[in-house]
Amino acid sequence: MVEASPLNPEPTGAMKLLKPLRIPQKLRNRELFLLVFACVINTAAIVLVQLGALRSIDTSLVTLGIGLSVLVFGMHIVMRYIAPDADPFLLPVATVLNGLGVAMIYRIDLAEGDSGWDAASTRQIVWTALAIVIAIITLAVVRNHRVLQRYTYVAGFIALVLLLLPMLPFIGTEVSGARVWISVGAFSFQPGEVAKIALAIFFAGYLVQHRDSLSMVGKKVLGVRFPRLRDLGPLLVVWALSMSVIIFQRDLGTSLLYFGLFLVMLYVATARLSWVLIGLGLFAAGAYIAAQSLSYVHGRMINWLDAFHPEVFGADPGSYQLVQGIFGLSHGGLIGTGLGEGDPDLVPLANSDFIITSLGEELGLIGLFAIFGLYLLFVSRGFRIGFAGQDDFGKLLGVGLAFIVALQVFIVVGGVTRVIPLTGLTTPFLAAGGSSLVANWIIVALLLRLSDSVRNQPRMVI
Amino acid sequence: MNRELKRVSIVVLLMFVALMTSTSIIQVFQADNLQADARNTRAVIEAYSAKRGPILVEGEAVALSKPIDDMYKFIRVYTDGQLYAPATGYYTIGQGSTGIENALNAELTGTANSQFFEKLNSIITGQIPQGAAVELTLDRVAQQAAWDALGDLQGAVIVTEPKTGRILAMVSKPSFDPNELAVHKTSTIIENYDALIADPADPLYNRAIAGNLNPPGSVFKLVVASAAFQSGKFTPDSQFPNPASFTLPGSTAVIYNSGRGTCGDGATVSIADAVRLSCNIPMAELGIALGSRAILDEAEKYGFNKELQVPLDVTPSTYEYTTDKAQVALSAFGQGSDRATPLQMAMVTAGIANGGTVMKPNLVDSILSPDLRVLDSFSPEVYSDAISPTTARQLTEIMVSGVENGAASNARIDGVSVAGKTGTAENGPDDPYTLWFTGFAPANNPEFAITVLIENGGGMGQEGYGNLLAAPIAKQVLEAVLNK
Repeated sequence: MVEASPLNPEPTGAMKLLKPLRIPQKLRNRELFLLVFACVINTAAIVLVQLGALRSIDTSLVTLGIGLSVLVFGMHIVMRYIAPDADPFLLPVATVLNGLGVAMIYRIDLAEGDSGWDAASTRQIVWTALAIVIAIITLAVVRNHRVLQRYTYVAGFIALVLLLLPMLPFIGTEVSGARVWISVGAFSFQPGEVAKIALAIFFAGYLVQHRDSLSMVGKKVLGVRFPRLRDLGPLLVVWALSMSVIIFQRDLGTSLLYFGLFLVMLYVATARLSWVLIGLGLFAAGAYIAAQSLSYVHGRMINWLDAFHPEVFGADPGSYQLVQGIFGLSHGGLIGTGLGEGDPDLVPLANSDFIITSLGEELGLIGLFAIFGLYLLFVSRGFRIGFAGQDDFGKLLGVGLAFIVALQVFIVVGGVTRVIPLTGLTTPFLAAGGSSLVANWIIVALLLRLSDSVRNQPRMVI
Repeated sequence: MNRELKRVSIVVLLMFVALMTSTSIIQVFQADNLQADARNTRAVIEAYSAKRGPILVEGEAVALSKPIDDMYKFIRVYTDGQLYAPATGYYTIGQGSTGIENALNAELTGTANSQFFEKLNSIITGQIPQGAAVELTLDRVAQQAAWDALGDLQGAVIVTEPKTGRILAMVSKPSFDPNELAVHKTSTIIENYDALIADPADPLYNRAIAGNLNPPGSVFKLVVASAAFQSGKFTPDSQFPNPASFTLPGSTAVIYNSGRGTCGDGATVSIADAVRLSCNIPMAELGIALGSRAILDEAEKYGFNKELQVPLDVTPSTYEYTTDKAQVALSAFGQGSDRATPLQMAMVTAGIANGGTVMKPNLVDSILSPDLRVLDSFSPEVYSDAISPTTARQLTEIMVSGVENGAASNARIDGVSVAGKTGTAENGPDDPYTLWFTGFAPANNPEFAITVLIENGGGMGQEGYGNLLAAPIAKQVLEAVLNK
């Protein structure tokens, strides 16, 4: 405790609090403007859903929506104090995606006649509130991202434990074939969603430490420097981890997500294309063997390649859901049916795995492009940290977290539009699901913290 | 590090370009194909969400769409399901449709080209799109009378207007309730449909125009007589030998007249008497003398062997050309490979009634817009000039005598001259007979032509015959419509 001297007067508590508000904060003001815009879009979406599906306006959900807006603005105000230089786009983009998701989930609840606590939209709103609170706490606790580097191996351990949790008896549960859930009482959670953040922290910390040995040594073949066999260790470990996710948890999407994340972070850290080539080769081989030997992977491949074949369509599990989703998209066409005017509820899991076809049906191709644009903006703000960052850990972590979102969108949307085989993953911010929301809002908090540090520090002169 | 990051950024961009491409292909370039896929339930829902037009009889709906609180928005209701089922058919979600529901689906849903402006209007004004109403030619009195008269027998009754071809009654029994198939639960539809299919009496058959075709038996003699008179070689008075049994040429098979005796007392018998008394042997002899070609030509003028839409699809009745004289002989009295629908026989009778001109049978009077403007109406169409007016008059005389003092006596109505011809057709050696009556009234100014078909021997095996079972039904229906 330093005594306040008359020469250096300690500012009073009230003045301290007012300071950030008095000093013009250009970034935060821009964020505020965008947030207002995002909340207007979200409210409009919910009102349109009600007009389309109910032909009247019901204020109960709007009240809940206002509660959410208050929380988002709360986060904004907190940032004025603890992350004043954070990126102004991340929070509004996350807000509008989250809000559109709630509107669509609500729309499907209306079609299926669910209300109150049975309604996925009510639960989604509560989860969103919880996720935003957790994001605020994350932002408040992690005041300096470099602290996370200290916990590299702890993060790695946490990731492993989270991944293994669903395999435990009693609490681990299987949902539509994939064993990725834990449930205690009425409460269920997908620990893999949070594991991806822990993995990103672990990869960033590990790669920063070991990048030299991973990038410098090795023989050159055909102009590409290949690593020494003993340096292959980490890659093989992550590969084995991904393969065991396919085999034991029967979750293709998560496996692809983890492995893709590791490859990209490895490439950015070491600048060695050979890692990517070896990694892709390993994954392709593993996936091929899985497709030959695991019936569920094989089924996914058939459904992907020959979705419209009557036999595949009629099989169980066949391509029925995939094809229904595509029918929904085609029904929407260029401009969509309008919110509340389509039939997205015809597609199974219309509010989670297939929320993108629901949105595509009612908002049309134009709406989907806008959503893709929002994701690209979000990812590019993350990559910006990578470009502008001062420390390698922060750079890698920023890239990793942003890439998680990009790859996840690609795997889900690519799956429902037949770019790649369909795998079960959630669409970030949009899909119904609490674990996913919490994880993605933590990503928002971490990216905000990273972007704040980037701007806080004077640029290094190179 | 930044160089690698730039490359990763490009990869991410390419990933999103791939997504934009795939969604563009699905939502724009392939959208029409995907929309046309039969498995796309949205197309069905869209068809249902439009208010399907009603099917009307004398201005009152027998099939209509009522609002319902589910995703299809409307449910199809048949007010008098069993009675009108042969005409309306049924309409299901995703499981097909029949009858007018099927034949005029485009008009009923409002997607016919003639309704383009109505459709455009509803898009602009935001009204629920509405299909056109279809007014049938059916007459409530005739339909009800035919339904009542047929009772519990398996068969069909068809009443037409000889001068216009309008179908006034189309009854088929046993019938079914289309409401059972109009429900919105697919499993229930399939369950009910399977039950109807499993029913040995085949309630889904529209026996008036389709189903398992029956041999026409003696009613086909009208066609052979037509061919004979039209050939110019024979008149009603042309004489044929009159034995009590006749061995078919080139065969050992022997045929008899229905009473196993001669046809009247004479050594010879005229064609007029052979038709009036419905004798087989003289007709077989006439058939052989005429030849299969002449009979085929005449049969085809009446509509045999030809596709027809009324606009329901009518199964073509058949007469097969043959050089085998035994077969020609059999086919000349409606056996052999001859098969006919009641509608086909109604066309023969109505042609005779209308001075030889067969009018195209038609079930649809007009198509009306939702605000009851006539979009399309059907005017009488000539189907063919099957026989000359002289032949028609000669056949009418024979048919009138058939009712007055011949084989069709049970169709007699006091104060009205009825023309008629009965038929009792054999199926297999031990199978029940198929019983027929076809005729028209009043004979001097024909207003109604009627054909009655009774399958399965009318429950009497080989004991029943046309005059016993079919003629009284025709009489009952004709009385009802004549007294209207």
